[in-house]
Amino acid sequence: MTQLEINGLFAEYSPSLPILEDVSLKIETGEIISIIGPSGSGKSTILRVLVGLLHPSQGHVIVNGTEVNYKSPSALKSMRDTMAMVFQQFNLFQNMSVLRNVMIAPLKIKKEPEAEVEARAKEYLEIMGLGEKFDAYPDQLSGGQQQRVALARALALRPKILLLDEVTSALDPEMVNEVLDAIRVLSTKGITLIIVSHEMAFVREVSDRVIMMDDGKVVEIGTPDEIFTAAKTQRCRDFISNIIQH
Amino acid sequence: MIQQFIDQAPIFFTLNNGLYWLRALMTTLSMALIGCVVGFIFGFVLVYFRTSPIPWLLPLRALLIAYVEIFRRIPFLVLTFLILFASRGFGFQLSLFWVACVTIVLIATAYIAEIIRAGIEAVHRNQWECADVMNFSRARTMLYVIVPQSWVFIVPPAFSYFIMFIKETSLTSQIGTMELMSAGKYFNSIGISPLMAYGTCLLLYFALSYPLTRLGRRIEVRLKNRFKGNMATLRASDQ
Ligand SMILES: Nc1ncnc2c1ncn2[C@@H]1O[C@H](COP(=O)(O)OP(=O)(O)OP(=O)(O)O)[C@@H](O)[C@H]1O
Ligand SMILES: [Mg+2]
Repeated sequence: MTQLEINGLFAEYSPSLPILEDVSLKIETGEIISIIGPSGSGKSTILRVLVGLLHPSQGHVIVNGTEVNYKSPSALKSMRDTMAMVFQQFNLFQNMSVLRNVMIAPLKIKKEPEAEVEARAKEYLEIMGLGEKFDAYPDQLSGGQQQRVALARALALRPKILLLDEVTSALDPEMVNEVLDAIRVLSTKGITLIIVSHEMAFVREVSDRVIMMDDGKVVEIGTPDEIFTAAKTQRCRDFISNIIQH
Repeated sequence: MIQQFIDQAPIFFTLNNGLYWLRALMTTLSMALIGCVVGFIFGFVLVYFRTSPIPWLLPLRALLIAYVEIFRRIPFLVLTFLILFASRGFGFQLSLFWVACVTIVLIATAYIAEIIRAGIEAVHRNQWECADVMNFSRARTMLYVIVPQSWVFIVPPAFSYFIMFIKETSLTSQIGTMELMSAGKYFNSIGISPLMAYGTCLLLYFALSYPLTRLGRRIEVRLKNRFKGNMATLRASDQ
């Protein structure tokens, strides 16, 4: 079933300077999609449109069969209820403990019962290997641990779609793998995942499909094997060979 | 002069005079405290609406900006007289103490609002976006996420400002509020040497503001320790 559909999407930060130009794609329920492409190609911008941080100037976003009306706050709210996002850095609320970070949105925004929220938060933190860190504050954690808390927090919202925007690229190399492992665990849970990443080996391993972007446009969409070994476009082949060399 | 001091000491250092000074001290402290506490509350409300993204609040925002810009520039004494005569003119029988308090609140709100705004803007932008994506309303984001993190930026300048304002309240003696400065004037007027009258005044101002400075410093250190990561975040984002 198609869970997410983007049709002819244009988006810009300042008027008449389009960052995304005519982006269209379809994502099936439970699919794991990776978006790759050079810096500045608009990968983060797509995710920002999907969570409503940026409103498209043209085009349609359709979530579970319903077109999102960006002018309606309640439509944006219900769209966000189906999604969670983890950013590159500074995800965690600095003034709250790890457990509180994970609990706050389900408890205070979704108004779920506290005992249930707490049990679930602890469970996800344990899945992320943070069973010992409930009471720690973000500044007492390593970058990798912080990102794992952010993943647990996103999971605790029980999203249908989880968006990960370069969650490892601000980390020291030795911490990248622990976070990638955590995402591997996620990838078996049936949540639709949209991953923006520069970790090509990882992308190739976990993705069902890979989207290559350049200069605000989708250049190519294909299975990992197609994209990494048999790309149709020259642009995509160049990008892949460039990355693999490094 | 020393002789005068010795001569006057028995008539100056009496229980009654002590109580008089104490009352004056409490008046000064109350004015500054009321001004700052109410100024803080109003300051937060002002900043909340001033930074609101809602389009139809635009006129209100313009008004609030004008308020802040104007009231940070009016000399304290000018506003005091203005409030005094305006309140009399409109038939309000405000006591001098409350005239002084209203003046202080009006000015303190403008100053503190700027301190609060700077503190709120110092919190990393990502904290807003994360809250946004999790469907926090603006009020909830402020309450749960932004304001708790902004104290570390707000408290130090707010305390220096508070201490500065304790000194400013001496100007209200011009309209006859019975605070410390007036007490000094009073004792001088009944023949106590200026050195003794205003010297006591000076010591009492010091006794009031020095502990407050220390207290502010301690709270600041506490907050800094508590928000080490936040400060590091800030430094990182400055680069
Ligand atoms: N807040 C913003 N305001 C204005 N322009 C922006 C903003 N954020 C991004 N841009 C511009 O939009 C373009 C696409 O940015 P985007 O962040 O989507 O790229 P990206 O593919 O995620 O790159 P990276 O791999 O570096 O994260 C860039 O040219 C960038 O300069
Ligand atoms: Mg990006």
